[in-house]
Amino acid sequence: MKYLDEYRDSGVARALAARIRARVTRPWTLMEICGGQTHTIMRYGLPELLPEQIELVHGPGCPVCVAPLELVDRAIEIASRPGVIFVSYGDMLRVPGSRSDQIRVKAGGGHVRIAYSPMEALKISAENPDRQVVFFGIGFETTAPANAMAVWQAKRQGLTNFSMLVSHVLVPPAMRIILRSPVNRVQGFIAPGHVCTVMGFKEYETLTAEFRVPMVVGGFEPVDLLEAIALLVDQLEDGRSELENQYSRSVTRSGNGPAQLVMREVFEVTDRQWRGIGPIPASGYRLREEYAAFDAERVFGTSDIRVQEPPECIAALVMQGLKRPVDCPAFGTRCMPERPLGAPMVSSEGACAAYYTYRRHTGAEATR
Amino acid sequence: MCLAVPGKILEAIELGISRIAKVEFGGVTRHVSLDFVPDARPGDFVLVHVGFAISRIEEEEARRAYDALRELENEMPEDA
Repeated sequence: MKYLDEYRDSGVARALAARIRARVTRPWTLMEICGGQTHTIMRYGLPELLPEQIELVHGPGCPVCVAPLELVDRAIEIASRPGVIFVSYGDMLRVPGSRSDQIRVKAGGGHVRIAYSPMEALKISAENPDRQVVFFGIGFETTAPANAMAVWQAKRQGLTNFSMLVSHVLVPPAMRIILRSPVNRVQGFIAPGHVCTVMGFKEYETLTAEFRVPMVVGGFEPVDLLEAIALLVDQLEDGRSELENQYSRSVTRSGNGPAQLVMREVFEVTDRQWRGIGPIPASGYRLREEYAAFDAERVFGTSDIRVQEPPECIAALVMQGLKRPVDCPAFGTRCMPERPLGAPMVSSEGACAAYYTYRRHTGAEATR
Repeated sequence: MCLAVPGKILEAIELGISRIAKVEFGGVTRHVSLDFVPDARPGDFVLVHVGFAISRIEEEEARRAYDALRELENEMPEDA
């Protein structure tokens, strides 16, 4: 097995779709949390394969999309300082700030670099002892261990010119916000397979019991997602609400112990502002006091930068499953990946960008 | 962002306090940290995210689950 092609097999996908069709008797609204799963769903046109009773709505699991505008402004402020090399995952660099964007900082003489791993930023620090190297540490629980490890190693190596602008967010608190909303439409969740690879799924068992909502931990290939949907439909039609693990080749109940250990060592839970959603208590990580010397917000004193979100973007409603991207009047006209109004159109994993890129599958006639 | 790609460990090297592996992804080889998968050995498949292996793929579990899906396909009536 190669653990990739097998899960893109069209015969298996059709068999799963047939099983779902045979089982479904009424409408169900399901949400996948993770932007990577949204991308697979749109790329492979899964909504077209499913019976029309199944509606898929897309969750807030895109870290670029939920990073608040003021954080982007803080990043730009730091990147513009002389002597700074600002290092980031590529997607985040395309998000416009309230007045400027990263690419313009680069053009204006700031040093901005794209990295695939936070460890590259450590290497850049070691190679440039006369510069301050700042890594933009964003992401969900999947990315937190890697970013934590970079900070831990920086401390061990005694690096004095490395810091991290941390904006880590957590999935379960955002799911609680969706489930507690009086206008919530979501009846079953595909839980994020890579977040659960790191964290395990005990927290999701708690959510399932607390809100009596079915949940299936799902993988990222089309067959994974169709199987997760089939399991959710089985539960909903039977009137059950349980936590099932479709992605058992990677996910265990307690998750990755060594990864959780380094996260706990470096990070502590904090309140976070979510773009479009607002403040959510205990919904993210910040660096612990012992690692304050590596906290870019303290090193550069940017925590007082505050800005308002633009009112035109309906990202908040899209990310809570209340609207589809194509319901937005700006979609594909005033808002597109080259000129985005909001972050879900910027990130390749944002729901709006996924609809725009694969719109042949969205059934959005007006935008074809 | 949470993209993680399966790759096969070709060899593992101890590098100070870290274990680094050469991992092959469909013909392309990259260096990957094995710090979070201390049990992983050459020949194993790991899921890799931003330069770190975050899980060792459970081969037997994967095969069992996949065989069940194949069976579903074989049971599917011709007109479905």
